[in-house]
Amino acid sequence: MKKTILSFAAAAAVMSFGTMAAQAATKACFIYVGPIGDFGWSYQHHQGLEEMKKALGDQVETAYLESVPEGADAERAIERFARSGCNIVFTTSFGYMDPTNKVAGKFPDVKFEHATGYKREHPNVATYNSRFYEGRYVQGVIAAKLSKAGVAGYIASFPIPEVVMGINAFVLGAQSVNPDFKVKVVWANTWFDPGKEADAAKALIDQGVDIITQHTDSTAPMQVATERGIKAFGQASDMIKFGEKTQLTSIVDDWGPYYIERVKAVIDGSWKQQDVWGGMKEGHVVMAPFTNMPDDVKALAEETTAKIKSGSFNPFTGPIAKQDGSEWLKAGEVAEDGVLLGMNFYVKGVDDKLPQ
Amino acid sequence: MFEDILITIATAATPLLIAAVGEVVVERSGVLNLGVEGMMVMGAVTGFGVALTTGSPWLGVVAAIIVGMLFSLLFGFLTLTLVTNQVATGLALTLLGLGLSGMLGEGFVGLPGIKMSYLHIPYLTDVPYIGRLFFGQDPLFYVSILLTAGVAWFLFRSRAGLTLRSIGDNHTSAHALGIKVIGIRYLAVMFGGACAGLAGAYLSLIYTPQWIENMTAGRGWIALALVVFASWRPWRVLAGAYLFGAVSIGQLHAQALGVGVPSQLLSSLPYLATVVVLVLISRNRRLTMVNTPASLGRPFVPDR
Repeated sequence: MKKTILSFAAAAAVMSFGTMAAQAATKACFIYVGPIGDFGWSYQHHQGLEEMKKALGDQVETAYLESVPEGADAERAIERFARSGCNIVFTTSFGYMDPTNKVAGKFPDVKFEHATGYKREHPNVATYNSRFYEGRYVQGVIAAKLSKAGVAGYIASFPIPEVVMGINAFVLGAQSVNPDFKVKVVWANTWFDPGKEADAAKALIDQGVDIITQHTDSTAPMQVATERGIKAFGQASDMIKFGEKTQLTSIVDDWGPYYIERVKAVIDGSWKQQDVWGGMKEGHVVMAPFTNMPDDVKALAEETTAKIKSGSFNPFTGPIAKQDGSEWLKAGEVAEDGVLLGMNFYVKGVDDKLPQ
Repeated sequence: MFEDILITIATAATPLLIAAVGEVVVERSGVLNLGVEGMMVMGAVTGFGVALTTGSPWLGVVAAIIVGMLFSLLFGFLTLTLVTNQVATGLALTLLGLGLSGMLGEGFVGLPGIKMSYLHIPYLTDVPYIGRLFFGQDPLFYVSILLTAGVAWFLFRSRAGLTLRSIGDNHTSAHALGIKVIGIRYLAVMFGGACAGLAGAYLSLIYTPQWIENMTAGRGWIALALVVFASWRPWRVLAGAYLFGAVSIGQLHAQALGVGVPSQLLSSLPYLATVVVLVLISRNRRLTMVNTPASLGRPFVPDR
């Protein structure tokens, strides 16, 4: 059933193909995992595309495919773009990692940029990501300050390093305020299903959490939190309209500057393989205004943000113990990027067993 | 808390139930409409848009029903009048619905919607533990139960229902008896469309009051599967929808409690449980054969 649904979705995505025209301008193509109307992850990537289009004007032509399922369908979609004259293809979800590298091998003249992955098997594949965990740490600090129950609910998507990293950063932030703080994790096993995300939020609230944070893409959990009168954090975009009295802050992904820079590089021929992992410092991760919290909490949140932004503080600084109590980082030791990008363990204080 | 969980289950089950009960009628008349997802998502965008612009969720619901019906009419015209392949046309309807709703709904993305208010009967709703469950849910919940009862009565207790089922079982004989096969099938298809539209409105006005592209997220397909597994019987569809809802919500609670079972397995439980239970209740092969509309999906061209 699921398979069928996915392939239908892929067919639907192929039908909503963007425009194609002459070859004169550089063509930048984008593949999204969700619909551009998800008001979350894919929406923000599309905002980045629009920003890039505006900045580069006639020099660039764009096309995009939305709701492309991860896996075999993604490979077809990427290959189709590569064949149709795209000069650079941005594949914007973790699950596109292997398909992107596979297609890149067949089309050495086309540049590929894969978001959130770590494989660069060919010289024409670059990877880029944002240090969202920096924002999650700040959220953890706020959650621990505000939660009366001492427990936050975390709606997670898939057990991949990116998501595990976020959960850990959130917990570490919370524990910096309240060492006994607990996080309940629910895996939705989807990036995007408003109904399921809402159900997950309800389940968490029924079990006593009084703050919700999410790593799925729709605004549904925010709405549920509003209905039940608790606080929540937005995801990917500023979701304040869905929870004027609910949203504490949101991690806003700003991809525009990166897309402008990379497409420009293709135009002037200076494009090179690279692995960029920008954070608050580079302006890739922006916090939405801190709202619905007392001034002292806001001040602490701002101070934490400033420390991370200036580079004087890294959320993954020891001493940090793993979930089973064994030591991961010694006092003062900072986690290496490589370890973070392959993170497959929880830190102490997560009330969940990590699906393997 | 227990009451909250039960209400959450009802909310998860209701859209599946509404769409599936509509499809039961369609398939009992011998037509296989795989376009439920498409009609549902059109209902969702219409319901949201009309409710937002007029300020009335009820107008949204009515508009969603009408759009669902119009959409199914397109299917009816193609498959019944022009005798196209039902499977292919149904799939096309889904694709069309997903694409068209995304286009129509572009301006609604990121806007908070209007939530239909819940029923509130003084005293009754305030009864502890069960008051809200029985007297305090959203209006469409009650509609869905009445709809199931109505369809069950219609199919198995009324003469018109008997006629409809006879068409589904053998359209040639029914035609020979002078029954207007095509006309009745049109009505059945439109009823299915209306239900799918209503189920869509449930999503965008009650379940998650907002418009997000593709927000049905496969629920139309689950409804279709429920119809088959419930062997085309309305009350079994209800049982299947609630079982599916209960296990979906139950697994989320199990995760939040931290039971230590892999979440991938828990996530697949609703599908597994529903399939297993419905296979068990329909294990009597002869009864299943009797319930399966024999002409399902077969084209009918009346010889004049």
